[in-house]
Amino acid sequence: MGILSSSIARKVAMALSGLFLVVFLAQHFTINVISVINPDTFNSWSHFMGTNVLVQGVLQPILIFGVIFHFCMGIFLEIKNNSARKIKYKSYKGDRNSTWASRYMIVTGLVVLAFLGLHFYDFWFHEITYKYLESNPEDPTRYYPELVEKFRSPVRTGIYCVSFVLLMLHLWHGFSSSFQSMGWNNKYSKGLRAFTQVYAIAIPLGFIFIALYLHFNQIH
Amino acid sequence: MKLTLKIWRQKNANTKGELKTYPIDGIEGDMSFLEMLDVLNEGLINKGEEPVVFDHDCREGICGSCSLQINGEPHGPDRLITTCQLHMRMFKDGDTIVIEPFRATAFPVIKDLVVDRSSFDRIQQAGGFISVNTSGNTIDANAIPVNKHDADESFNAATCIGCGACVAACKNASAMLFTSAKVSQFALLPQGKTEATERVLNMVAQMDKEGFGNCSNTGACEIECPKGISLENIARMNREYLGASIKG
Repeated sequence: MGILSSSIARKVAMALSGLFLVVFLAQHFTINVISVINPDTFNSWSHFMGTNVLVQGVLQPILIFGVIFHFCMGIFLEIKNNSARKIKYKSYKGDRNSTWASRYMIVTGLVVLAFLGLHFYDFWFHEITYKYLESNPEDPTRYYPELVEKFRSPVRTGIYCVSFVLLMLHLWHGFSSSFQSMGWNNKYSKGLRAFTQVYAIAIPLGFIFIALYLHFNQIH
Repeated sequence: MKLTLKIWRQKNANTKGELKTYPIDGIEGDMSFLEMLDVLNEGLINKGEEPVVFDHDCREGICGSCSLQINGEPHGPDRLITTCQLHMRMFKDGDTIVIEPFRATAFPVIKDLVVDRSSFDRIQQAGGFISVNTSGNTIDANAIPVNKHDADESFNAATCIGCGACVAACKNASAMLFTSAKVSQFALLPQGKTEATERVLNMVAQMDKEGFGNCSNTGACEIECPKGISLENIARMNREYLGASIKG
Protein backbone atom coordinates (compact mmCIF):
# COMPACT_ATOMS: atom_id res chain seq x y z
CA MET A 1 0.00 0.00 0.00
CA GLY A 2 2.99 2.32 -0.53
CA ILE A 3 2.80 5.26 1.86
CA LEU A 4 0.34 3.31 4.05
CA SER A 5 2.56 0.25 4.37
CA SER A 6 3.37 0.79 8.05
CA SER A 7 0.98 0.31 10.96
CA ILE A 8 1.66 3.83 12.27
CA ALA A 9 1.04 5.46 8.87
CA ARG A 10 -2.26 3.60 8.60
CA LYS A 11 -3.33 4.74 12.04
CA VAL A 12 -2.42 8.35 11.23
CA ALA A 13 -4.42 8.12 7.98
CA MET A 14 -7.34 6.71 9.96
CA ALA A 15 -7.03 9.54 12.47
CA LEU A 16 -6.84 12.28 9.82
CA SER A 17 -9.84 10.97 7.89
CA GLY A 18 -11.75 10.65 11.18
CA LEU A 19 -10.93 14.24 12.15
CA PHE A 20 -12.06 15.43 8.74
CA LEU A 21 -15.40 13.68 9.29
CA VAL A 22 -15.66 15.20 12.79
CA VAL A 23 -15.29 18.68 11.28
CA PHE A 24 -17.88 17.85 8.62
CA LEU A 25 -20.25 16.61 11.33
CA ALA A 26 -20.05 19.99 13.11
CA GLN A 27 -20.86 21.78 9.85
CA HIS A 28 -23.75 19.36 9.15
CA PHE A 29 -25.10 19.89 12.67
CA THR A 30 -24.93 23.69 12.32
CA ILE A 31 -27.11 23.61 9.20
CA ASN A 32 -29.54 21.09 10.67
CA VAL A 33 -30.04 22.93 13.94
CA ILE A 34 -31.03 26.00 11.91
CA SER A 35 -34.02 24.00 10.66
CA VAL A 36 -35.36 24.07 14.21
CA ILE A 37 -34.56 27.74 14.82
CA ASN A 38 -35.48 29.30 11.46
CA PRO A 39 -36.86 27.22 8.55
CA ASP A 40 -36.35 30.07 6.05
CA THR A 41 -32.65 30.31 6.87
CA PHE A 42 -32.45 26.51 6.62
CA ASN A 43 -33.99 26.70 3.14
CA SER A 44 -31.56 29.37 1.96
CA TRP A 45 -28.50 27.56 3.43
CA SER A 46 -29.64 24.24 1.92
CA HIS A 47 -30.25 25.90 -1.43
CA PHE A 48 -26.72 27.35 -1.32
CA MET A 49 -25.20 23.96 -0.41
CA GLY A 50 -27.24 22.19 -3.09
CA THR A 51 -26.42 24.55 -5.93
CA ASN A 52 -22.96 25.99 -5.19
CA VAL A 53 -20.42 24.68 -7.70
CA LEU A 54 -17.56 24.55 -5.17
CA VAL A 55 -19.66 22.62 -2.62
CA GLN A 56 -21.14 20.22 -5.18
CA GLY A 57 -18.14 19.82 -7.46
CA VAL A 58 -15.22 19.83 -5.00
CA LEU A 59 -16.24 19.52 -1.35
CA GLN A 60 -18.88 16.82 -1.84
CA PRO A 61 -16.54 14.43 -3.73
CA ILE A 62 -13.88 15.03 -1.04
CA LEU A 63 -16.43 14.18 1.64
CA ILE A 64 -17.53 11.01 -0.13
CA PHE A 65 -13.88 10.01 -0.56
CA GLY A 66 -13.28 10.70 3.16
CA VAL A 67 -16.19 8.46 4.19
CA ILE A 68 -15.17 5.64 1.84
CA PHE A 69 -11.50 5.89 2.86
CA HIS A 70 -12.32 5.85 6.61
CA PHE A 71 -14.60 2.85 6.12
CA CYS A 72 -12.19 0.86 3.92
CA MET A 73 -9.23 1.57 6.21
CA GLY A 74 -11.31 0.54 9.24
CA ILE A 75 -12.18 -2.79 7.62
CA PHE A 76 -8.58 -3.32 6.50
CA LEU A 77 -7.24 -2.64 10.02
CA GLU A 78 -9.87 -4.96 11.52
CA ILE A 79 -8.79 -7.81 9.22
CA LYS A 80 -5.10 -7.19 10.06
CA ASN A 81 -5.89 -7.07 13.78
CA ASN A 82 -7.87 -10.29 13.67
CA SER A 83 -5.01 -12.07 11.95
CA ALA A 84 -2.65 -10.89 14.72
CA ARG A 85 -4.46 -13.28 17.11
CA LYS A 86 -5.73 -16.22 15.12
CA ILE A 87 -6.34 -18.38 18.20
CA LYS A 88 -8.61 -16.47 20.58
CA TYR A 89 -8.63 -16.62 24.37
CA LYS A 90 -11.14 -18.89 26.10
CA SER A 91 -11.35 -16.27 28.81
CA TYR A 92 -10.80 -12.58 28.00
CA LYS A 93 -11.79 -9.76 30.33
CA GLY A 94 -11.50 -6.68 28.14
CA ASP A 95 -13.88 -4.77 30.40
CA ARG A 96 -11.23 -4.86 33.16
CA ASN A 97 -8.80 -2.70 31.23
CA SER A 98 -10.62 -0.77 28.49
CA THR A 99 -13.93 0.86 27.62
CA TRP A 100 -16.62 -0.85 25.57
CA ALA A 101 -16.51 2.00 23.04
CA SER A 102 -12.77 1.53 22.45
CA ARG A 103 -13.08 -2.23 21.93
CA TYR A 104 -16.07 -2.16 19.60
CA MET A 105 -15.20 0.68 17.20
CA ILE A 106 -15.77 -1.68 14.28
CA VAL A 107 -19.29 -2.49 15.50
CA THR A 108 -20.31 1.13 16.10
CA GLY A 109 -18.60 2.11 12.85
CA LEU A 110 -20.52 -0.49 10.83
CA VAL A 111 -23.84 0.60 12.35
CA VAL A 112 -23.03 4.22 11.48
CA LEU A 113 -22.13 3.08 7.97
CA ALA A 114 -25.45 1.23 7.61
CA PHE A 115 -27.16 4.39 8.82
CA LEU A 116 -25.27 6.40 6.19
CA GLY A 117 -26.77 4.07 3.56
CA LEU A 118 -30.27 5.01 4.75
CA HIS A 119 -29.28 8.67 5.08
CA PHE A 120 -27.92 8.78 1.53
CA TYR A 121 -31.08 7.03 0.27
CA ASP A 122 -33.24 9.57 2.08
CA PHE A 123 -31.48 12.75 1.08
CA TRP A 124 -28.62 12.35 -1.40
CA PHE A 125 -30.35 9.99 -3.85
CA HIS A 126 -33.46 12.11 -3.51
CA GLU A 127 -31.44 15.21 -4.47
CA ILE A 128 -29.83 13.48 -7.45
CA THR A 129 -33.23 12.22 -8.65
CA TYR A 130 -34.90 15.60 -8.14
CA LYS A 131 -32.21 17.66 -9.81
CA TYR A 132 -30.69 15.47 -12.48
CA LEU A 133 -32.97 12.52 -13.30
CA GLU A 134 -36.33 14.27 -13.14
CA SER A 135 -34.83 17.69 -14.02
CA ASN A 136 -37.28 19.51 -11.76
CA PRO A 137 -37.05 23.31 -11.62
CA GLU A 138 -35.05 24.53 -8.62
CA ASP A 139 -37.31 25.57 -5.74
CA PRO A 140 -35.44 27.30 -2.86
CA THR A 141 -38.37 26.74 -0.46
CA ARG A 142 -38.64 22.95 -0.84
CA TYR A 143 -35.89 21.89 1.60
CA TYR A 144 -37.61 22.37 4.97
CA PRO A 145 -40.90 20.66 3.97
CA GLU A 146 -38.94 17.75 2.49
CA LEU A 147 -36.86 17.46 5.67
CA VAL A 148 -39.90 17.45 7.92
CA GLU A 149 -41.63 14.88 5.73
CA LYS A 150 -38.70 12.50 6.10
CA PHE A 151 -39.23 12.43 9.85
CA ARG A 152 -42.96 11.70 9.70
CA SER A 153 -42.32 7.97 10.12
CA PRO A 154 -41.72 6.97 13.76
CA VAL A 155 -39.71 3.95 12.58
CA ARG A 156 -37.32 6.08 10.51
CA THR A 157 -37.04 8.62 13.34
CA GLY A 158 -36.28 5.76 15.74
CA ILE A 159 -33.60 4.33 13.44
CA TYR A 160 -32.00 7.77 13.18
CA CYS A 161 -31.99 8.19 16.99
CA VAL A 162 -30.47 4.74 17.65
CA SER A 163 -27.81 5.41 15.00
CA PHE A 164 -26.91 8.67 16.70
CA VAL A 165 -26.38 6.82 19.99
CA LEU A 166 -23.95 4.49 18.20
CA LEU A 167 -22.29 7.52 16.61
CA MET A 168 -21.89 8.93 20.12
CA LEU A 169 -20.02 5.80 21.23
CA HIS A 170 -17.87 5.87 18.08
CA LEU A 171 -16.93 9.51 18.65
CA TRP A 172 -16.40 8.98 22.40
CA HIS A 173 -13.32 6.88 21.68
CA GLY A 174 -12.42 7.83 18.12
CA PHE A 175 -12.18 11.60 18.45
CA SER A 176 -9.70 11.67 21.34
CA SER A 177 -7.90 8.56 20.08
CA SER A 178 -7.08 10.30 16.79
CA PHE A 179 -4.81 12.77 18.60
CA GLN A 180 -2.92 9.95 20.32
CA SER A 181 -2.45 8.25 16.92
CA MET A 182 -0.90 11.43 15.58
CA GLY A 183 1.51 11.63 18.49
CA TRP A 184 -0.34 14.23 20.55
CA ASN A 185 -0.10 13.24 24.22
CA ASN A 186 1.04 16.04 26.53
CA LYS A 187 -0.10 18.32 29.37
CA TYR A 188 -3.00 19.61 27.23
CA SER A 189 -4.31 16.11 26.46
CA LYS A 190 -6.59 15.97 29.50
CA GLY A 191 -8.36 19.19 28.46
CA LEU A 192 -8.51 18.05 24.84
CA ARG A 193 -10.00 14.73 25.91
CA ALA A 194 -12.68 16.54 27.91
CA PHE A 195 -13.51 18.65 24.84
CA THR A 196 -13.73 15.59 22.57
CA GLN A 197 -16.04 13.84 25.05
CA VAL A 198 -18.33 16.87 25.32
CA TYR A 199 -18.41 16.98 21.51
CA ALA A 200 -19.08 13.22 21.32
CA ILE A 201 -22.15 13.60 23.52
CA ALA A 202 -23.43 17.02 22.46
CA ILE A 203 -23.46 16.61 18.67
CA PRO A 204 -25.29 13.25 18.50
CA LEU A 205 -27.71 14.40 21.24
CA GLY A 206 -28.32 17.52 19.16
CA PHE A 207 -29.08 15.39 16.11
CA ILE A 208 -31.47 13.25 18.20
CA PHE A 209 -33.21 16.41 19.39
CA ILE A 210 -33.57 17.68 15.81
CA ALA A 211 -34.98 14.33 14.60
CA LEU A 212 -37.53 14.22 17.43
CA TYR A 213 -38.42 17.90 17.02
CA LEU A 214 -39.13 17.42 13.31
CA HIS A 215 -41.10 14.22 14.00
CA PHE A 216 -43.35 15.96 16.51
CA ASN A 217 -43.67 19.20 14.52
CA GLN A 218 -45.01 18.00 11.19
CA ILE A 219 -46.41 20.48 8.65
CA HIS A 220 -50.13 19.78 8.28
CA MET B 1 -8.12 -23.21 49.72
CA LYS B 2 -9.75 -25.57 47.23
CA LEU B 3 -9.58 -24.47 43.64
CA THR B 4 -10.45 -25.71 40.17
CA LEU B 5 -7.80 -24.98 37.59
CA LYS B 6 -8.58 -24.96 33.88
CA ILE B 7 -5.17 -25.03 32.20
CA TRP B 8 -4.26 -24.88 28.51
CA ARG B 9 -2.41 -28.06 27.57
CA GLN B 10 -0.68 -28.30 24.22
CA LYS B 11 1.92 -30.91 23.37
CA ASN B 12 3.88 -28.74 20.93
CA ALA B 13 3.57 -25.95 18.38
CA ASN B 14 2.10 -28.25 15.76
CA THR B 15 -0.68 -29.87 17.78
CA LYS B 16 -4.03 -28.47 18.86
CA GLY B 17 -4.36 -27.62 22.51
CA GLU B 18 -7.29 -27.63 24.91
CA LEU B 19 -8.24 -26.59 28.41
CA LYS B 20 -7.90 -29.40 30.96
CA THR B 21 -9.44 -29.30 34.41
CA TYR B 22 -7.37 -29.95 37.56
CA PRO B 23 -8.85 -29.79 41.04
CA ILE B 24 -6.31 -28.66 43.66
CA ASP B 25 -6.45 -28.49 47.45
CA GLY B 26 -4.34 -27.14 50.30
CA ILE B 27 -3.41 -23.85 48.66
CA GLU B 28 -2.43 -21.08 51.10
CA GLY B 29 -3.14 -17.39 50.48
CA ASP B 30 0.53 -16.53 51.08
CA MET B 31 1.68 -18.77 48.22
CA SER B 32 2.62 -17.12 44.97
CA PHE B 33 0.73 -18.16 41.85
CA LEU B 34 3.80 -19.99 40.54
CA GLU B 35 4.20 -21.83 43.86
CA MET B 36 0.61 -22.97 43.45
CA LEU B 37 1.54 -24.33 40.00
CA ASP B 38 4.61 -25.99 41.57
CA VAL B 39 2.27 -27.80 43.99
CA LEU B 40 0.08 -28.88 41.08
CA ASN B 41 3.09 -30.15 39.13
CA GLU B 42 4.43 -32.05 42.13
CA GLY B 43 1.10 -33.85 42.36
CA LEU B 44 1.07 -34.56 38.61
CA ILE B 45 4.63 -35.93 38.69
CA ASN B 46 3.79 -38.15 41.69
CA LYS B 47 0.85 -39.54 39.72
CA GLY B 48 3.10 -40.18 36.73
CA GLU B 49 1.47 -37.47 34.60
CA GLU B 50 3.14 -34.82 32.47
CA PRO B 51 3.65 -31.62 34.50
CA VAL B 52 2.31 -28.31 33.21
CA VAL B 53 5.06 -26.39 31.41
CA PHE B 54 5.25 -22.67 32.18
CA ASP B 55 7.92 -19.95 31.89
CA HIS B 56 9.61 -18.58 35.02
CA ASP B 57 13.03 -17.43 36.10
CA CYS B 58 13.73 -14.73 38.72
CA ARG B 59 10.36 -15.01 40.50
CA GLU B 60 10.71 -11.41 41.71
CA GLY B 61 9.19 -9.40 38.86
CA ILE B 62 12.40 -8.45 37.11
CA CYS B 63 13.12 -10.89 34.30
CA GLY B 64 9.80 -10.80 32.41
CA SER B 65 9.79 -14.57 31.90
CA CYS B 66 6.46 -15.47 33.46
CA SER B 67 3.69 -14.94 31.00
CA LEU B 68 0.33 -16.32 31.98
CA GLN B 69 -3.13 -15.15 31.00
CA ILE B 70 -5.02 -15.70 34.26
CA ASN B 71 -8.81 -15.45 34.25
CA GLY B 72 -8.73 -13.34 31.10
CA GLU B 73 -5.96 -10.94 32.13
CA PRO B 74 -2.20 -11.06 31.63
CA HIS B 75 -0.48 -11.58 35.00
CA GLY B 76 -3.88 -12.01 36.64
CA PRO B 77 -6.29 -9.70 38.42
CA ASP B 78 -3.77 -7.63 40.43
CA ARG B 79 -2.11 -4.48 39.03
CA LEU B 80 1.55 -3.52 38.44
CA ILE B 81 2.83 -7.02 39.12
CA THR B 82 4.02 -10.01 37.13
CA THR B 83 2.55 -13.50 37.51
CA CYS B 84 5.34 -14.50 39.91
CA GLN B 85 4.36 -11.61 42.21
CA LEU B 86 0.68 -12.58 42.18
CA HIS B 87 -0.44 -14.12 45.46
CA MET B 88 -3.15 -16.68 45.95
CA ARG B 89 -4.87 -14.37 48.46
CA MET B 90 -6.29 -12.64 45.36
CA PHE B 91 -8.52 -15.71 44.92
CA LYS B 92 -11.26 -17.24 47.05
CA ASP B 93 -11.87 -20.79 48.19
CA GLY B 94 -13.85 -22.61 45.50
CA ASP B 95 -12.76 -20.33 42.65
CA THR B 96 -12.21 -21.61 39.13
CA ILE B 97 -9.04 -20.18 37.56
CA VAL B 98 -8.55 -20.28 33.79
CA ILE B 99 -4.86 -20.25 32.83
CA GLU B 100 -3.87 -19.73 29.20
CA PRO B 101 -0.69 -18.76 27.36
CA PHE B 102 -0.28 -15.20 26.03
CA ARG B 103 -2.12 -15.28 22.69
CA ALA B 104 -0.70 -13.65 19.55
CA THR B 105 0.23 -14.94 16.12
CA ALA B 106 3.68 -13.44 16.79
CA PHE B 107 3.90 -15.42 20.08
CA PRO B 108 3.41 -19.04 18.93
CA VAL B 109 2.88 -21.62 21.66
CA ILE B 110 5.90 -23.86 22.23
CA LYS B 111 4.28 -26.14 24.82
CA ASP B 112 1.39 -25.73 27.27
CA LEU B 113 1.75 -22.21 28.69
CA VAL B 114 5.13 -21.36 27.17
CA VAL B 115 5.18 -19.06 24.14
CA ASP B 116 8.00 -18.01 21.84
CA ARG B 117 8.58 -14.29 22.41
CA SER B 118 11.70 -14.04 20.25
CA SER B 119 9.78 -11.59 18.03
CA PHE B 120 10.49 -9.05 20.80
CA ASP B 121 14.21 -9.86 20.55
CA ARG B 122 14.13 -9.23 16.80
CA ILE B 123 12.42 -5.87 17.31
CA GLN B 124 15.17 -4.95 19.79
CA GLN B 125 17.87 -6.12 17.41
CA ALA B 126 16.40 -3.93 14.66
CA GLY B 127 17.38 -0.76 16.52
CA GLY B 128 16.93 -0.94 20.29
CA PHE B 129 20.53 0.02 21.03
CA ILE B 130 23.07 2.80 20.67
CA SER B 131 26.40 2.32 18.91
CA VAL B 132 29.24 3.10 21.31
CA ASN B 133 32.96 2.68 20.76
CA THR B 134 34.07 0.46 23.65
CA SER B 135 37.74 0.21 22.65
CA GLY B 136 39.01 1.94 25.78
CA ASN B 137 38.17 5.59 25.25
CA THR B 138 34.42 5.39 25.98
CA ILE B 139 33.00 8.68 27.21
CA ASP B 140 31.35 8.48 30.63
CA ALA B 141 27.60 8.76 30.05
CA ASN B 142 27.33 11.03 33.11
CA ALA B 143 29.61 13.59 31.41
CA ILE B 144 26.73 14.56 29.09
CA PRO B 145 24.14 16.76 30.84
CA VAL B 146 20.59 15.38 30.62
CA ASN B 147 17.43 17.23 31.58
CA LYS B 148 16.01 15.66 34.78
CA HIS B 149 12.52 15.23 33.31
CA ASP B 150 13.89 13.52 30.20
CA ALA B 151 16.16 11.31 32.28
CA ASP B 152 13.21 10.21 34.44
CA GLU B 153 10.98 9.58 31.43
CA SER B 154 13.74 7.60 29.75
CA PHE B 155 14.28 5.55 32.89
CA ASN B 156 10.56 4.85 33.19
CA ALA B 157 10.49 3.61 29.59
CA ALA B 158 13.58 1.50 30.26
CA THR B 159 11.81 -0.35 33.10
CA CYS B 160 9.93 -2.36 30.46
CA ILE B 161 10.87 -6.00 31.08
CA GLY B 162 9.56 -7.22 27.72
CA CYS B 163 7.16 -9.72 29.25
CA GLY B 164 4.57 -9.31 26.48
CA ALA B 165 1.60 -8.49 28.74
CA CYS B 166 0.87 -5.47 26.50
CA VAL B 167 0.47 -7.76 23.49
CA ALA B 168 -1.55 -10.27 25.52
CA ALA B 169 -3.92 -7.61 26.84
CA CYS B 170 -4.45 -5.79 23.56
CA LYS B 171 -7.53 -6.89 21.63
CA ASN B 172 -5.42 -6.52 18.47
CA ALA B 173 -2.27 -8.20 19.87
CA SER B 174 -0.39 -4.98 19.18
CA ALA B 175 3.22 -4.56 20.34
CA MET B 176 3.15 -0.77 20.23
CA LEU B 177 3.69 -0.29 23.98
CA PHE B 178 6.75 -2.54 24.06
CA THR B 179 8.27 -1.08 20.89
CA SER B 180 7.52 2.48 21.96
CA ALA B 181 9.17 1.94 25.35
CA LYS B 182 12.31 0.68 23.62
CA VAL B 183 12.26 3.62 21.19
CA SER B 184 11.53 6.17 23.93
CA GLN B 185 14.29 5.14 26.32
CA PHE B 186 16.82 6.29 23.72
CA ALA B 187 14.80 9.03 21.99
CA LEU B 188 14.80 11.02 25.22
CA LEU B 189 18.56 10.91 25.74
CA PRO B 190 21.32 12.76 23.83
CA GLN B 191 23.12 9.43 23.32
CA GLY B 192 20.12 8.14 21.39
CA LYS B 193 19.70 11.09 19.04
CA THR B 194 22.37 10.08 16.50
CA GLU B 195 20.60 6.90 15.40
CA ALA B 196 17.05 8.08 16.19
CA THR B 197 15.79 8.11 12.58
CA GLU B 198 16.96 4.62 11.64
CA ARG B 199 16.00 3.25 15.05
CA VAL B 200 12.31 4.10 14.92
CA LEU B 201 11.90 3.23 11.24
CA ASN B 202 13.65 -0.13 11.61
CA MET B 203 11.96 -1.13 14.86
CA VAL B 204 8.47 -0.29 13.58
CA ALA B 205 9.19 -2.13 10.31
CA GLN B 206 10.30 -5.20 12.28
CA MET B 207 7.26 -4.95 14.56
CA ASP B 208 4.97 -4.95 11.51
CA LYS B 209 6.93 -7.79 9.91
CA GLU B 210 6.43 -9.97 13.00
CA GLY B 211 2.64 -9.78 12.49
CA PHE B 212 1.56 -7.79 15.53
CA GLY B 213 -1.74 -5.91 15.25
CA ASN B 214 -2.40 -2.18 15.03
CA CYS B 215 -2.89 0.04 18.06
CA SER B 216 -6.51 1.05 18.72
CA ASN B 217 -5.60 3.20 21.74
CA THR B 218 -7.84 1.19 24.06
CA GLY B 219 -5.26 1.65 26.82
CA ALA B 220 -5.49 -2.01 27.92
CA CYS B 221 -1.71 -2.40 27.56
CA GLU B 222 -0.97 0.45 29.98
CA ILE B 223 -3.42 -0.93 32.57
CA GLU B 224 -2.04 -4.47 32.41
CA CYS B 225 1.66 -3.57 32.15
CA PRO B 226 3.43 -4.80 35.30
CA LYS B 227 5.82 -1.84 35.09
CA GLY B 228 3.21 0.83 34.35
CA ILE B 229 4.70 1.85 31.00
CA SER B 230 2.67 4.85 29.84
CA LEU B 231 0.74 5.38 26.60
CA GLU B 232 2.74 8.61 26.25
CA ASN B 233 5.52 6.40 24.88
CA ILE B 234 3.27 5.31 21.99
CA ALA B 235 2.48 8.94 21.16
CA ARG B 236 6.22 9.74 21.32
CA MET B 237 7.03 6.84 19.00
CA ASN B 238 4.33 7.99 16.57
CA ARG B 239 5.87 11.48 16.56
CA GLU B 240 9.37 10.05 16.13
CA TYR B 241 8.14 7.83 13.30
CA LEU B 242 6.34 10.60 11.44
CA GLY B 243 9.38 12.89 11.80
CA ALA B 244 11.73 10.14 10.67
CA SER B 245 9.50 9.28 7.68
CA ILE B 246 9.54 12.90 6.51
CA LYS B 247 13.32 13.11 6.98
CA GLY B 248 13.71 9.80 5.15
